[in-house]
Amino acid sequence: MIHAGLTHFLVISVALFSLGIYGVITRKNAVMVLMGIELILNSANINFIAFARFGNFGLQGQIIALFIIVLAAAEAAIALAIVLNIYKNLSNINVDEMDSLKD
Amino acid sequence: MHLPYLSLITFLPIVGMIIVLALPKEQGKTMKITTLLITGIQVVLAVFLLSNYNYSLGGIYDQASFQFVEKFRWIDIENFSWIGRIKVDYFLGIDGISTPLVLLTAIVTFIATLSSWNINKSLKGYFALFLLLDTGMMGVFVSLDFFLFYIFWELMLLPMYFLIGIWGGPRREYAAIKFFLYTLLGSIFILIVMIGLYFSTTEPMADGTKAFTFNLLAMMDPNNATATGILSALNPANLRFAAYIALFAGFAIKIPMFPFHTWLPDAHVEAPTPISVILAGVLLKMGTYGILRVSFPIFPEITKQLVWYIALFGMINIIYGAFCAMAQRDFKKLIAYSSVSHMGYVLLGMAALNTMGISGAILQMFNHGTITAMLFLIVGVIYDRAHTREIDGFGGLAVQMPVYTGFVTVAFFAAIGLPGLSGFISEAFVFLGAFGVRLIRVVTIVSTLGIVLGAGYMLWTLQRVYLGKLNEKWSGLKDLNFREYAMFIPLSAIVIFLGVYPSAMLDLMNTSVNSMVQFMQNIQVYYSSINVF
Amino acid sequence: MTENLMINIAVIILFLPFLGFVVTLLLGSKIKKIYYFENFVLFLGLAGSIIIAFGKLTSFDATTITSEFTWINLGNTPIMGEIKINLGILIDNISTLMMVVVMLISFLVHIFSIEYMRGDPRYNRYFAYLGLFTFSMSGIVLTHNILMMYIFWELVGVSSYLLIGFWFEKKSAADAGKKAFIVNRIGDIGMFIGILILFTTYHTFTFDDIFQQISQGHLPFDSGFWLTITGLLIFAGAIGKSAQVPLHVWLPDAMEGPTPVSALIHAATMVAAGVYLVVRIFGILTADAMLIIAVIGALSAFIPATIALTQNDIKKVLAYSTVSQLGYMIMALGVGAFKFAFFHLITHAFFKACLFLGSGSVIHAMHHEQDIRNMGGLRKKMPITYYTFLIASVAISGVPLTSGFLSKDGILAGSYAFANLTGHYLFPIVGFFVAMLTAFYMFRLIILTFHGEPRDKEKYEHAHESKFTMAMPLVVLSVLSIFFWYTPNPVNPEDGWVLSDWIKAPQLYTPENTRYEFMVPDEHTNVQPGSEEIMYSETYVEAMHAIHIPAMILSLLIAGLGILLAYLFYQWKRIDVGKLVEKFKGLYNFSFNKWYFDEAYDATAVNGTLGLSRLLGRFDLKIIDGIVNGTAYITKGFSTFIGKFDNVVVDGLVNFMAYLSGFIGLVFRRFQTGKVQTYLVFVLVSVVILLFIFKSF
Repeated sequence: MIHAGLTHFLVISVALFSLGIYGVITRKNAVMVLMGIELILNSANINFIAFARFGNFGLQGQIIALFIIVLAAAEAAIALAIVLNIYKNLSNINVDEMDSLKD
Repeated sequence: MHLPYLSLITFLPIVGMIIVLALPKEQGKTMKITTLLITGIQVVLAVFLLSNYNYSLGGIYDQASFQFVEKFRWIDIENFSWIGRIKVDYFLGIDGISTPLVLLTAIVTFIATLSSWNINKSLKGYFALFLLLDTGMMGVFVSLDFFLFYIFWELMLLPMYFLIGIWGGPRREYAAIKFFLYTLLGSIFILIVMIGLYFSTTEPMADGTKAFTFNLLAMMDPNNATATGILSALNPANLRFAAYIALFAGFAIKIPMFPFHTWLPDAHVEAPTPISVILAGVLLKMGTYGILRVSFPIFPEITKQLVWYIALFGMINIIYGAFCAMAQRDFKKLIAYSSVSHMGYVLLGMAALNTMGISGAILQMFNHGTITAMLFLIVGVIYDRAHTREIDGFGGLAVQMPVYTGFVTVAFFAAIGLPGLSGFISEAFVFLGAFGVRLIRVVTIVSTLGIVLGAGYMLWTLQRVYLGKLNEKWSGLKDLNFREYAMFIPLSAIVIFLGVYPSAMLDLMNTSVNSMVQFMQNIQVYYSSINVF
Repeated sequence: MTENLMINIAVIILFLPFLGFVVTLLLGSKIKKIYYFENFVLFLGLAGSIIIAFGKLTSFDATTITSEFTWINLGNTPIMGEIKINLGILIDNISTLMMVVVMLISFLVHIFSIEYMRGDPRYNRYFAYLGLFTFSMSGIVLTHNILMMYIFWELVGVSSYLLIGFWFEKKSAADAGKKAFIVNRIGDIGMFIGILILFTTYHTFTFDDIFQQISQGHLPFDSGFWLTITGLLIFAGAIGKSAQVPLHVWLPDAMEGPTPVSALIHAATMVAAGVYLVVRIFGILTADAMLIIAVIGALSAFIPATIALTQNDIKKVLAYSTVSQLGYMIMALGVGAFKFAFFHLITHAFFKACLFLGSGSVIHAMHHEQDIRNMGGLRKKMPITYYTFLIASVAISGVPLTSGFLSKDGILAGSYAFANLTGHYLFPIVGFFVAMLTAFYMFRLIILTFHGEPRDKEKYEHAHESKFTMAMPLVVLSVLSIFFWYTPNPVNPEDGWVLSDWIKAPQLYTPENTRYEFMVPDEHTNVQPGSEEIMYSETYVEAMHAIHIPAMILSLLIAGLGILLAYLFYQWKRIDVGKLVEKFKGLYNFSFNKWYFDEAYDATAVNGTLGLSRLLGRFDLKIIDGIVNGTAYITKGFSTFIGKFDNVVVDGLVNFMAYLSGFIGLVFRRFQTGKVQTYLVFVLVSVVILLFIFKSF
């Protein structure tokens, strides 16, 4: 059996992160963008836990991972609320049309 | 403690100005009467000062022998950024040098008010500025603090600019701006020297410390000089010589001394008659007064060095002014140049630095003030009636206006220096004083040519305008009216009175002149004894 | 009569004419007859002056009475010491005599003028001016100091200006007045500088103080040379006033004034003032100064005499004769004949006043015709005028039994004696020659005016003898031209009271080494200053005595010759004047045109001054003012340039920065899409780039 080392965790984390970024940048649907963000957060979680397991940091990594999970939930709740409101105002959730930041 | 007479006489016109400004626009007559009243009170005050004047006090450098002194701290700022303490005194006082000029200012302004009766363009502004000008002139002659002196000096510049520039003749803007720039240039010189002197003079304060001061009397005392001030005689690298030249130039512009005189003919020609009267009667004296009051006692050692040049410029003024006057075709311009010539006598007399010369110079200031005022009024009378000043266009007016011509004769002969009229004794004193100084004797002899040249251009003018056949064009001209009598009679009376009894004026200034001459002598000895050069 | 009383009377008669002047001038237009007041005042003045003269000459013959007050007191001054200017009155024999002459002639001129000037629009003012003139002249006569002399000197100048230019509607009259004043002023400058020197040296103006200090050896600038110069400078004033060459040009022109004025100016006032001044300062004249004065006097005697020969205007002839006679007086002073100079001043005053008033009478009768070519034969019409004129002419020609003979003879003898002592023989030659010329032109005048046939019939018919007020002065003056007023012996003036008692020999104050030798008193003769003899030393007295008889005979012959020639030329017509003129055309023109003095002065001095004034006027306008305006122009140009620079360069730079940032903004605004995703891409790219920049691996 191949011994799963730190590198493997990091690879998965990078892959997840890249997928997340890709999702955030390319998706037009706001919900999909949010899912991309979740992916990014989770890739960070994997990193924390992997470093906590292989590094010499005690429980800090795990604690932060738990913290991030809670945070992700909260973020998702707020973000979905925003998306809902946008939908109410613009009757779609197409990210491309949301450019009021330009003004 | 007496009333602050000097403040009263100085700021009374300001009160008048406020009244004039408060009056509605249509009340032109009231404005005239207000101004006349104010200037009349000024004359009364001046006569009052004269009657209470103590003839035995000298003044000049000694505060105790100044009269009607008012002195208190006006501006006093401690720790003013890097300069330290700034203090300016409100310091007024008169002595034998300024009293005649205060009197002159009061009289000439009063006469000029009378002659302003014909002005009918925006009276409110005119009389307001006129009164402001009055304050400025009076202030210059009574202030003994350089800063205050300078403020008054500048104060009279502005109203003059507008008075020429708004109520003047066709080229008034040009003349006004020329006058303004010229005198402003002079003021800048004075300002620079004033600041230089401020940082070179300290005065002991009540608490024992020493502070910089603008006090003119303190500046005269070499004990007050700081060791390092740029205009302090104690400083080996001082700039006193350059400062003297700058200060002199500043005052010379006002006199006006050749070659700074060209603003004068233009300003006179364009200015309305009363303003010409004031300009020639009072303003020109400020230059020579400044030299006497400021340049001479503060820089005695340099004065001594430059006496010859001062006399030389006096001579040039006399001769050159006379020649230029002879060449003029405009009556008023001719009179203006005659002023240049007559102010040359003042310079020459001052250069003598002895009692007769300086007495003659001050007397000449007073006499020139009254005589030239008359001459400009004469031109004004004729210009009012004929609306031209071309000398060759007249002729034979003596037949048409005999009384007027009588006054003209008095004024012209006074200007020529006919004995029995006031011009003679001052010119004679100037020459007697200047001739007594070996150094400037030759200059004096050349200057006597002015006697003939003066007679030449004056009599020639008298002939061209008043004698000969009456030019039919002017057969409708009327002789003097009551108001014009009121202008000419007091001036003629003064001219004749001082011609017969010059002691009235000479006694007034004698103690001061003597103490000034003595002071200049002593302090020169002092300066040569410290010999820092 | 006490001294105080005399002083008081003197002050009163000094100011009486002034009072007359003021009153007549101010009330002239209101009260028609106010001129009587002026005449009355003058009468009082005359009376007063006679009283003073009487008192002085009888009671105080040898003393000098002065009275002074301090006019200006400067006290003890730092550099110049004690300065006090005193004015005062000096009564000595000379001033009292002069005062009588002045007052008498002025009074007679006043009387004469009443008729002569009648109908003039400014009748009263004329009398006022006469009063001013008399006042000024009295001041000169009575003063005891040179400043007051100068003051009244100038007042005489101005009153002459007013009187000569009295008919100022005529341009020539106005010109003449102006000319008189200005030419006089030229001389006055000299006098003024002389006064400056005296005051600087002695710190006083009083004659007596100055003289005393000079006699103590205190000289101006400590040199005899400067004493000479001072004397000459003061004499320059006399050159102007007494119309000496080269400043005589004003006097003939002054004939533009009313004729009585000419009488006043030329007889007792104004021109006499110059001689009087030299008389006053005679004591401080050095030998060199006297020589120059004598030369000027001789020239002034000669040149105008030659001019008078050819003039046709009756007044011009008399005018030139005045200059010539004044030249005599000045020359007499120059050669030391002091007494005779002053004596001639007095006698000349009377007969010249008579001549001028006589000519005025003629002119009045001929309705202002002055050209003698249009006269003739007036003897029958105007006998009084004729005989008085004749007596005066005889007097001026120096015929015995007249006053003129006495004084002129003395002058000629004095110049002759002077020549014998010093060798300057030109003075007597000129003197005698001019005496002949004088006799000639005076009789030419008489013959052409009064003798022969009338040449202008119409005017002749209207001519008539003058009224009493005009004739009376003529008679008085002509009577005064006869010898017995002055001396009982018609050939020797020194026998008379005027020269032996009244006019004293002058005191000399100059250092002895600056005098002529004959003016230094001999040790042994013991001549006191102020002695009654006209003498300075034994030598001079001897010379005068030796010359007296020959000079008298010679002058008699000369005068006779002159009169004879005049008769030959004009009365008997033995010699054709026209032909003679043709023959000496050049000389005639030279004389007729007055030696071209006026032309020369016009060409040089007058035009030079005017030209210079125009030049300087233009210089002032173009150069001095040009510099000022040029400075203004350059400043304005510079400021325009700076303005442009500011607009284009400085402001341009600022605007450029704005454009630049705008441009940059234009580029970068493209990046701001407002889309979160785009931003994210930028962030990523940036992170990657940063990563590469800061990579440490």
